[in-house]
Amino acid sequence: MPETTETTPAATTPATTAADTAATATAAGPVTPAGTATPEREKARSLWSDAWHDLSRKPMFYVSGLLILFLVVIAIWPGAIASGNPLACDLSKSQMGPTSGHPFGFDTQGCDVYTRTVYGARASVSVGIFSTVGVAVLGSLLGGLAGFFGGWWDAVLSRISDIFFGIPILLGGVVFLSVVKGGTVTTVSAFMILLGWPQIARIARGAVITAKQQDYVQAAKALGASNTRMLLRHIAPNALAPIIVVATIALGTYISLEATLSFLGVGLKPPAVSWGIDISQASDQIRNAPHMLLWPAGALSITVLAFIMLGDAVRDALDPKLR
Amino acid sequence: MTDTVKGAAPAGEPILQVRNLVKHFPLTRGIVFQKQVGAVKAVDGISFDLHRGETLGIVGESGCGKSTVAKLLMNLERATSGEVFYKGEDITRLSGRALKAVRRNIQMVFQDPYTSLNPRMTVGDIIGEPFDIHPEVAPKGDRRKRVQELLDVVGLNPEYVNRYPHQFSGGQRQRIGIARGLALNPEIIICDEPVSALDVSVQAQVVNLMEKLQDEFGLSYIFIAHDLSIVRHISDRVGVMYLGRMAEIGTDAEIYEHPTHPYTQALLSAVPVPDPQAREQRAAGADSGAAAGRGRIILSGDVPSPADPPSGCRFRTRCWKAQDRCAQEQPLLAVPEVFRGSGTPAEHESACHFAEERATAEAA
Repeated sequence: MPETTETTPAATTPATTAADTAATATAAGPVTPAGTATPEREKARSLWSDAWHDLSRKPMFYVSGLLILFLVVIAIWPGAIASGNPLACDLSKSQMGPTSGHPFGFDTQGCDVYTRTVYGARASVSVGIFSTVGVAVLGSLLGGLAGFFGGWWDAVLSRISDIFFGIPILLGGVVFLSVVKGGTVTTVSAFMILLGWPQIARIARGAVITAKQQDYVQAAKALGASNTRMLLRHIAPNALAPIIVVATIALGTYISLEATLSFLGVGLKPPAVSWGIDISQASDQIRNAPHMLLWPAGALSITVLAFIMLGDAVRDALDPKLR
Repeated sequence: MTDTVKGAAPAGEPILQVRNLVKHFPLTRGIVFQKQVGAVKAVDGISFDLHRGETLGIVGESGCGKSTVAKLLMNLERATSGEVFYKGEDITRLSGRALKAVRRNIQMVFQDPYTSLNPRMTVGDIIGEPFDIHPEVAPKGDRRKRVQELLDVVGLNPEYVNRYPHQFSGGQRQRIGIARGLALNPEIIICDEPVSALDVSVQAQVVNLMEKLQDEFGLSYIFIAHDLSIVRHISDRVGVMYLGRMAEIGTDAEIYEHPTHPYTQALLSAVPVPDPQAREQRAAGADSGAAAGRGRIILSGDVPSPADPPSGCRFRTRCWKAQDRCAQEQPLLAVPEVFRGSGTPAEHESACHFAEERATAEAA
């Protein structure tokens, strides 16, 4: 609503100046204040521009950002750094250690661990990112609105999330994924979003209720601010920090949950390559061939660490008190 | 009602008229199917007028409903019943566009400058927000200049626009809050304990700033506080609240020098006296009999719960003058009969059946 009214004076100013092109003296009038206003506006800072400025000077942001960029690139294009075929296996090389051309060694099936680790990034990173983004968006929307509006909507939503909390995640996974019949990245992510949203919803609800009661929200209301403005300008930036922290930690949980579901045979199915599948297959062979576990597990740990570091850096950058 | 104010009559016509304002907060039980089991009677029938350019102080102890009155006047809470007339229009039932228009003219300064400013917004954004919400007040290109002018008006460096609230002291933050309240050029500013969270030295600065701004912009203030000296300093008229009702209202001289309601008398007797000799004299007076009306009055008991207030007069459970009549009949806020037409400063509205002046009325 304020947007439409704001544009009116802005739209009329160029119109009048265009009409007055003949009158040179009057045309100079509106130009001068606009010219002086521009350098001032560049100086004007907001939370987001300050946050970006702060992030751009943090080594932790660059380290985690580059790692995530690298992971995303190899998830999209694994052939860039691994020339082999992850499904071309030779049983005669079962559980063999590193040799030349195969720096990570071979797994029980005789597949190249290096190639599988590189190719596994796609499934694991996609499941992790899709689930986390889905859970964060759905959870903070539902929880945030419940906390903001309260009333019956809040009561109903809280009871629904109680029900979802009551479902054991593995049992739920076995039932859901055997009914849906898929074992693809999409179905596994959909399942995680379905069972994962109440966790974020609860945190978002609590954070929004805390922020809503602050005097600055009352002050905005007293000024005549709309609900949208109060939510977006005042409540959301102040409720975001706990959501970011929990979401980045949850990302690691989702990747390992994908591994567990694959191990149970309801997640991604074996022709698919994922760190989860490799970790679960290697975990019972840890004493014979630790390298089989080490590489995919290491890749998983670094991925989770990168996302947690990024979440941490973003959270700190959004808090002016920490600057 | 206002005809009782004589002599020191405040300038201007009533700009805000409050009539029988009531706010009951329901006490509910149950989660999904709620049923009401009672109500906290935070504000229970309050009437007063605010005149143009005057400062009306509202005092009372914690929990007497002062802040609820402020929220009701700001329409941050919906009144259970009663009316608030702003220029003849009842604003308690307004919503949407009409309410937004009224909000331009009635603004608020909050108690706690540490929570009333969004920690994640720059000072420029905080003071500029009123212009975002009411774009007709200042054209877009002009806003930054207006924000800097406002900072200048409240005595802050206009170059601070890009700083965050946590980089300021409490007094500076309260100045930012005042600048935000002034942005829309309101006619009325409701101050809900604007200085009680500040150091005493800073309190004086902020109060003086508010007085200066009142002269400059012709503002009317409703100044809510529990510090009696500050209220006396800034107010033209003072209302004393007890348990959701107005006990006594009059000019500051009438209330502070000639209180007729026993609660006001007890409240004023509790004001600390900085002069040790005067304090001793007062203590000696207390020994000769509190009920007789000299010295400090010690009230017995606690404030009753607003969920279950006493019948009749709200103050009767702690009043030394209470009689049967006080339990049966609610005293109305009016000039007591004994003083009617007397022309003395005691002739002001007081909600007591047995209103009388106390023998001593030391200056607070």
